[in-house]
Amino acid sequence: MSTDTAGTTTNAAKATARDAMKENLRQYGLVLALMAIMGFFGVMTNGILFLPVNLTNVVLQNSYIVVMALGMLLVIVAGHIDLSVGSVAGFVGAVAAVLMVDYGFHPLLAAICCIAVGGVIGGAQGYFIAYMKIPSFIVTLAGMLVFKGLLLWLLGGRSVGPFPTGFQMLSAGFIPDVIGRWTIIEPQLNASGAAIPNTGLSLHTTTLLIGVLIVAAMLYFALQSRRSRESHGYEAEPFALFVAKNLVIAGIIMFLMYKFASYRGLPNVLIVMGILIALFVFITKRMTFGRRIFAMGGNEKAAKLSGIHTERLTFLVFVNMGMLAALAGLIYAARLNQATPKAGAGMELDVIAAVFVGGASAMGGVGEVAGAVIGAFIMGVMNNGMGIMGINIDWQQVIKGLVLLGAVAFDLYNKKKT
Amino acid sequence: MSGIRLSLSERERTMGQTILEMRDITKTFPGVKALSNVNLSVEAGEIHAIVGENGAGKSTLMKVLSGVYPHGTYEGAIHYEGRECRFHGIHDSERVGIVIIHQELALVPLLSIAENIFLGNEQTRFGIIDWNMARRRAAELLRKVGLRENPDTLITNIGTGKQQLVEIAKALAKEVKLLILDEPTASLSEKDSAALLDLLLEFKRQGMTSILISHKLNEVKKVADRVTVIRDGQTIETMGRDEVTEDRIITSMVGRTMEDRYPTRTPNIGETIFEVKNWTVHHPLHPERQVIKGIDVKVGKGEVVGIAGLMGAGRTEFAMSVFGRTYGTNISGEVWLHGKKADTSTVGKAVANGLAYATEDRKVYGLNLIDHIKHNVTIANLPSVSRTGVIDDMAELKVANEYRRKTNIRSSSVYQITGNLSGGNQQKVVLSKWLFANPDVLILDEPTRGIDVGAKYEIYTIINKLAEEGKGILVISSEMPELLGICDRIYVLNEGRIVGEMAGHEASQEKIMRAIVRGEERAAS
Repeated sequence: MSTDTAGTTTNAAKATARDAMKENLRQYGLVLALMAIMGFFGVMTNGILFLPVNLTNVVLQNSYIVVMALGMLLVIVAGHIDLSVGSVAGFVGAVAAVLMVDYGFHPLLAAICCIAVGGVIGGAQGYFIAYMKIPSFIVTLAGMLVFKGLLLWLLGGRSVGPFPTGFQMLSAGFIPDVIGRWTIIEPQLNASGAAIPNTGLSLHTTTLLIGVLIVAAMLYFALQSRRSRESHGYEAEPFALFVAKNLVIAGIIMFLMYKFASYRGLPNVLIVMGILIALFVFITKRMTFGRRIFAMGGNEKAAKLSGIHTERLTFLVFVNMGMLAALAGLIYAARLNQATPKAGAGMELDVIAAVFVGGASAMGGVGEVAGAVIGAFIMGVMNNGMGIMGINIDWQQVIKGLVLLGAVAFDLYNKKKT
Repeated sequence: MSGIRLSLSERERTMGQTILEMRDITKTFPGVKALSNVNLSVEAGEIHAIVGENGAGKSTLMKVLSGVYPHGTYEGAIHYEGRECRFHGIHDSERVGIVIIHQELALVPLLSIAENIFLGNEQTRFGIIDWNMARRRAAELLRKVGLRENPDTLITNIGTGKQQLVEIAKALAKEVKLLILDEPTASLSEKDSAALLDLLLEFKRQGMTSILISHKLNEVKKVADRVTVIRDGQTIETMGRDEVTEDRIITSMVGRTMEDRYPTRTPNIGETIFEVKNWTVHHPLHPERQVIKGIDVKVGKGEVVGIAGLMGAGRTEFAMSVFGRTYGTNISGEVWLHGKKADTSTVGKAVANGLAYATEDRKVYGLNLIDHIKHNVTIANLPSVSRTGVIDDMAELKVANEYRRKTNIRSSSVYQITGNLSGGNQQKVVLSKWLFANPDVLILDEPTRGIDVGAKYEIYTIINKLAEEGKGILVISSEMPELLGICDRIYVLNEGRIVGEMAGHEASQEKIMRAIVRGEERAAS
């Protein structure tokens, strides 16, 4: 019974490193899968996938899916599902169009109103789920029908647009280059003296600078956290692994930043996405609110007996989902530059698929923000790559379905093995 | 058609012969030996009672017999009707006529009586269910068990007593020769219990053999031909009808020598810090039924108080209703902490007032089994490792490591998933969680259920240490020796009432048992 204390400490430290590895392994696995898929389509499309303009497109095409996947991750970790997000996004996009185009609201005011509407919608559904104990599948299935219907009613069959320019910038805009472009190779000129596209090389300097700052901040915080662990007497992961991991991530970030910089710079929506992703990583990893969602999804009865207000927590998770669905609806509408009766249709399936591909458990209690984001991009890159390759939409669906099934099956197989 | 109407000559032929013999049955669970060399011999046509304390191994033995634990997962042999049997599942044992009715009824509430009777045994013709035949046969079986109900009535619309009869009808439909009833009267009223026992006697007259598991000694005395006593997973003795006395059964049931299984402690009991007054709780689904009937409980500073009682006495229901009203409806009564009336109507308020409750079922109510030790330890008191909703990772890790050391959790690190820990270590994680919430009063519900002797000792040591620190501790346990070994004072709870209170050093298992039996007699009269 009396174990040698010194022995236990070193054992614990070693195991910590090993466990940390194990914990991160599936995340690395996802990153590797995304890189493999990008590599595959890069080759199959003769490099078109990696063209700056196309990479920018991939981000724009998937931004609203990623935004909703952040909320959906919390919903699924909490042990629920939300089938209504596509309809809600479509409906809120229509509300935005009516406010701005028909009533002339200022874009910012309209956006705030729309996000509030999303919060109310999420709260209403959350009320039925959390307090009335109606299964989320049923409540949000009803919500899906209701808001699809309200979308049609609100638009009355027409498409409303275009939006004010300020609003379009949410999805179509890029950050301004305050420093000025850095021209490395002058573009070739054609006979009339205009530049030929895709020749020459000039970079969006601000984007590069932001990339460098992000990498520096990331390295600073990683080192800081590592030092803090060590100063408390806990050994962190091996130094070589630490360096390798951070170098790879830094490399990927700089590669992408370079690509964006050689087109028009960082899209505005990517900034929004980046801030939200960082926020949700923080919420799930560091905040009591996030921790309690995981505890509730893992064992609701135990969470309740530990003093967690499970009803209130469930309610808030759905309010959050509603607000993010609203934001996604705004992004989508701004991208199309109009609200259409078909907006949002089927989007919920892409969102849910992204979260599950990202390793969340349908039973609740397990999931990662990073996983959901990578999951969204895995599906997004496949969409984009197959589109460029000219694969028919029918086969695209089949392949995406099989990838979803395969990813979850592989995950379960891995878990059983350990 | 019926499995029980044996012809007279057949009855005479089989009477007195051994129909079932279980030889040297040993069954081990990870870390626990549940049965060790148990022998049981049942004669054809008798009612054989098996008695023993909670956790003695009665139900485990019956699960071995009925194939719930298949052949190969236990040692020893089962001989039935002269042949050795190797059951691989409940279907195998039912095929030869052994049917078990479990303590928790296995009926589907929203199906009809007839549908339940023939569930898994549907009355088919060419693979298509013949509902007319099913209804006719169901009605016939219901007559046999003396239940006057329409076979189309839904199970949910009839009472527990009648449901028990439907279970028996279901067994009869399976051509039962050996009927096993596991605590059939545990949730029945006096009247329903009496009717059920009469039915058993009627079946016996028709030649059926029954095994009755019960800890209600008056019932056993009333119907059993022979009684086998099981204690600590071993057969103690089998006595014939004329030898059966309450005293002898009690002595057999509890007569173990007290080994040095409990760490010693010098109690230092201070003023009362926890008091529950006139506490009454109603059943959540049947609000007219009182589960706790106006009881008073007191715990002093540094005192370890036990609540003894049989399964279904209302001990867990009491604890959960006090702790944030997590059980029951229509709760009335007062809770006092530190001499002041305290609001414990939600878990949050109960914890804030210094109360903690470690549950009986750690897997269902205690732990997030898919998460690691660290997160489980801090979940009930996250604010004290966080600032404005942001968790301080290092502070949390420090806490987790501290409690891992304090309660001696054996794991590779605090990052081990709790689902992979042994029962004893899981229990220590639950204890750590509540210790970290820093309560003044801890209610521990079955703190050592299903864990091995060594781990039990460690849990007792932790309990002692907490008492020394001046906390009040209320222990609920079905193991009487445990209560006798660690408690300063013991309440005996029976059917929602306190039927006895005794100082730890004056208490004995006989006294507790007698208090329970007396309480039952009083309730019956």
